Amino acid sequence: MGKGFLEAAGKKILLFCAAAGSLALLFADTIKRLKDADGKETLRQMALLGADSLPIVLMTILCTGMVFSVQTAKEFVRFGASGTVGGIVAIAMARELVPVLTGVVVAGRIGAAIAAELGTMKVTEQIDALRVMAANPVSFLVVPRFIAIVVMMPFLIVFANFIGDLGGYIVAHYYAGISTFTFVDSIKRYAEVYDLVGGMIKSSFFGAIIATVGCHKGLNAPNGAEGVGLATTASVVLSIILIFISNYFLSIVLYV
Amino acid sequence: MAEPFIKIRRLNITFGEKTVLKNIDLDVYRGETLAVIGPSGAGKSTIIKVLTGLLPPNGGSVLIGGQETAGLDEVRWDELRKKMGVVFQYSALFDFLDVEGNVAFGLRRHFDYSEEEIGERVAKLLDLVGMPGTQKLWPQELSGGMKKRVGLARALAMEPALLLYDEPTSGLDPVMTMAISRLIRKTQQQLQVTSLLITHDMASVYCAADRVALLYGGRIVATGTVDEIKNSADPLVQAFINGRDMGKEEEHEQQ
Repeated sequence: MGKGFLEAAGKKILLFCAAAGSLALLFADTIKRLKDADGKETLRQMALLGADSLPIVLMTILCTGMVFSVQTAKEFVRFGASGTVGGIVAIAMARELVPVLTGVVVAGRIGAAIAAELGTMKVTEQIDALRVMAANPVSFLVVPRFIAIVVMMPFLIVFANFIGDLGGYIVAHYYAGISTFTFVDSIKRYAEVYDLVGGMIKSSFFGAIIATVGCHKGLNAPNGAEGVGLATTASVVLSIILIFISNYFLSIVLYV
Repeated sequence: MAEPFIKIRRLNITFGEKTVLKNIDLDVYRGETLAVIGPSGAGKSTIIKVLTGLLPPNGGSVLIGGQETAGLDEVRWDELRKKMGVVFQYSALFDFLDVEGNVAFGLRRHFDYSEEEIGERVAKLLDLVGMPGTQKLWPQELSGGMKKRVGLARALAMEPALLLYDEPTSGLDPVMTMAISRLIRKTQQQLQVTSLLITHDMASVYCAADRVALLYGGRIVATGTVDEIKNSADPLVQAFINGRDMGKEEEHEQQ
């Protein structure tokens, strides 16, 4: 029984190492081929992946800003710290909540869409068709998506921070009675531009994770409709796990 | 006899424990259409994957136009692929491009033609395959037969020296099957292009092929002209072309 367990565990570890290696190779190949990017296709992907994600990202972050303020504003007012609420909301949003939640939302919306699209292309032999027409699938499919997400994520972050802070302000003002001046002044006193910049840098990393994982899962989708479904789910799950793990290390590097 | 354009020697392909192709030898001569026939799952389409560099062989040698393909890197494979056209089993049209975009895909990527020249060439190719004026249609709007025709136009766009057809008539009704088969014949006669036709449809073979090879149990068990195959005394050949039970592979292996 012990031998069987070790064999099964060993097999899993080998499969994990093979998948991690293949993911790393795709990332390296993508970086190597960035110069091959087709400008028109990259712009199309930017519009598709970036701009179209804005409404759902803003909706998510608005609610997050509001709920964060609900949980903090009244308590801080009770302890006489109403002058810190704006700063705390702005810093928490800029450094952690906005980049991570935007990453999760984009992984669910865009990462899944990429895995499904490329997975369908694989099972309908379109990827093979690209290769036999001497068009490298990484240059043609992965690079434009990779650039589009990495570039668009920081822009999403800027809008999301504004709307998140606005949500926090609305609740702080109407629910906890904190004045506009106090809230804005608190942001000015405690938050720094670097908080936002750090969040933007994080979001680009998350974008790279989402694009690489989504493309990897799509390009390696098992055959059939079920395979595409599995690839899509795996893409979202793995992206979110990697976003949370990398967020810890990025926070230490950027803010500690 | 002239040197074959495709020369396959002792080609071996295995997937895990299963051996799909066992030491097969196959020649396709310049300008001819060779049909590889055999039951489903015999490994016919695998030959196309090997010839296009999508699947590395486990053993043996494959020469295309005199060039050994073993050990070629992707850049060299791409050079070779530019001389090939492939018509896929399910057409594999790019669903993010319209008909014109599909047919012009290779021209735009690998040639310096102006958009006007590309437009003219696409129109000419669509005429050739009997689909004039369909440039702005999307793959989702096409029937199975129309997709195959556009797939052929796309394969012909780069003026290939070698055309590979992977089950070009599968899923089509008998009328469309014959129409596509005649189109394959017409293309070969007009353009003198070397063609490999993978199929299990004998009507298509009789219409489009010059020679035939029967693949069974991972081996080439018979080759000959269409007439030779039709009149072959080999019971295995007769069983296949007449749609009778071919028996178990193991029995034939023992023989």
